[in-house]
Amino acid sequence: MEWGKITRHFKKNPWAATSLVIIILFILIAFLAPLLSPYDPMEINLDGLKLPPSRDHIFGTDSKGRDILSRVIFGARYSLFIGFAVTFTSITLGVIIGAFAGYLRGTADTIITMLIDLVLAFPSLLLAIAISVALPAGIISVFLALTLVGWAPFARLIRGIVLSLREAQFVDAAKAIGCSPTRILFLHIIPNCLPLTIVAASLKIGSFILSESALSFLGLGVQPPLPTWGSMVSLNRTYLLSSPWMIIFPGLAIMVTVLVLNILGDSLRDYLDPHLKL
Amino acid sequence: MAIYLIRRILVLFLTLVGITFVTFLLIKTLPGDPVQGLIGERAEQATVERIRRELGTDQPFFLQYRGYLTLIFRGDLGTSFYTNRKVLDDLKAKCLHTLELALAAMLFASLTGILLGTLMAVNRGSILDRLGLLISAGGISLPVFWLGLILMFIFSFLLPLLPPSGMGEGELIYLILPASTLGINSTAYIVRITRSSLLEVLSQQYITTARSKGLTRTKVILKHALKNALLPIVTLIGLDFGSYLNGSVLTETIFGWDGVGRYAVEGIMRRDYPVVMGTVLVGAAFFVFINFFVDLIYLYLDPRIRVSE
Repeated sequence: MEWGKITRHFKKNPWAATSLVIIILFILIAFLAPLLSPYDPMEINLDGLKLPPSRDHIFGTDSKGRDILSRVIFGARYSLFIGFAVTFTSITLGVIIGAFAGYLRGTADTIITMLIDLVLAFPSLLLAIAISVALPAGIISVFLALTLVGWAPFARLIRGIVLSLREAQFVDAAKAIGCSPTRILFLHIIPNCLPLTIVAASLKIGSFILSESALSFLGLGVQPPLPTWGSMVSLNRTYLLSSPWMIIFPGLAIMVTVLVLNILGDSLRDYLDPHLKL
Repeated sequence: MAIYLIRRILVLFLTLVGITFVTFLLIKTLPGDPVQGLIGERAEQATVERIRRELGTDQPFFLQYRGYLTLIFRGDLGTSFYTNRKVLDDLKAKCLHTLELALAAMLFASLTGILLGTLMAVNRGSILDRLGLLISAGGISLPVFWLGLILMFIFSFLLPLLPPSGMGEGELIYLILPASTLGINSTAYIVRITRSSLLEVLSQQYITTARSKGLTRTKVILKHALKNALLPIVTLIGLDFGSYLNGSVLTETIFGWDGVGRYAVEGIMRRDYPVVMGTVLVGAAFFVFINFFVDLIYLYLDPRIRVSE
């Protein structure tokens, strides 16, 4: 990799550089949550209910006296883990399925394209809701619901790229020296899709995190008392008037995370190809 | 042209069948007895027997699916566990409210988005431009449900200007908060596309010609530039309309708006499966129809599609 080029890109884009620092910080916080959080996120404290932000509790406490900062720190684990895991699996599925469709063409392509169109025909959140209602609630169900909805746009993108790549000269060359179709697909075509795929993925992580928080908000995600950002907003909703801090901080955490991921995605796209429209 | 239309209608039909298949699969995976799952535990024994015969739960998979299709075709989406009312009747009553909210949100998003985008393009590189870009990046990153609560906190409690929730007697003032919450995501996209589309048009030679003819800057921007920059913007607005269905699930819950989205969420909270699955089925069908009509409008607007197909 050209480290010099990358450093120069970030120097020219202070927003992107700041975003990178923030997201690395958040990932570290998520990993080190037990060390960093000042209190036990699950510990109920009846002497300190609904305390406003103060020196002891920087983000205040909730209706059960639990420290909001600690809960936001632990919540980062669920949101970031689900965001990254869903992106990784749906892109892997999308690349494999899309590449097969584009490379094989014919009946396989027709069937796969119909499947992609079918998934895209649903309003995405509604389909994710339906899937997670059908499964027992928990982290696995959120993960499955978002992955089953999320692979389709990637598959469509990859299929399109592969359709044009299979006519490229280097594929003809590979055929001429006797490479098998599987070898051509996995060693020649798929690696050439990767830059675009990475950009598409980085642009999507944020929206997966938003969907996860929406499912948690609806009570379909990781179940309370485990702290997720979405469920914190949802469960503390009744205290909006008296104790707005219970809602403001978890929501800010979602917004900042998604915002920096989106800025990074945009900047990665500009770095790899400024003309790309994704 | 005719072939294109026929093919498009065929695809529409296949997609609708596919949607019923997906919801059928989901109903099959639901915990508990599928018959009870469809009509509710309080249903009479005779009804249970009838549905069981029609669904044929002891029959092979595809015969069961055929039974499900028959029910849907007859307009029977099952009965709510909780209220014992027919899901389709409830949906019919609530879809107008959702449509009203979605149209208001679209209006809000189009007006603010085009206005802000135009101001940004005209004052390119200014503080306003940079601020606008940041706002639009923020608008895409906001969790809708959180934004709704924050807006409610600011505009109903800190400054008691607007009603916090409910629908009143249908007064417009009740629409303002939910519609702007639902629309903000679209606003962010519309700002971006208006800005880039207008910047492209403003660099064209006929704009210079119009200016050198002696027309004022405002007149050129409004009459010559914006008019030509509008097509991609309108396209985006049309394409985005279906996505309001996603947002309405969250917005209606926050603001107590009696529409399809809140209906679905109540169904989720009570584990009222017929309500959830019925809403998903109808919502998806609605979404597919909207996309179909957007396609038809393109066909009308852009003759190139007609020729190439």
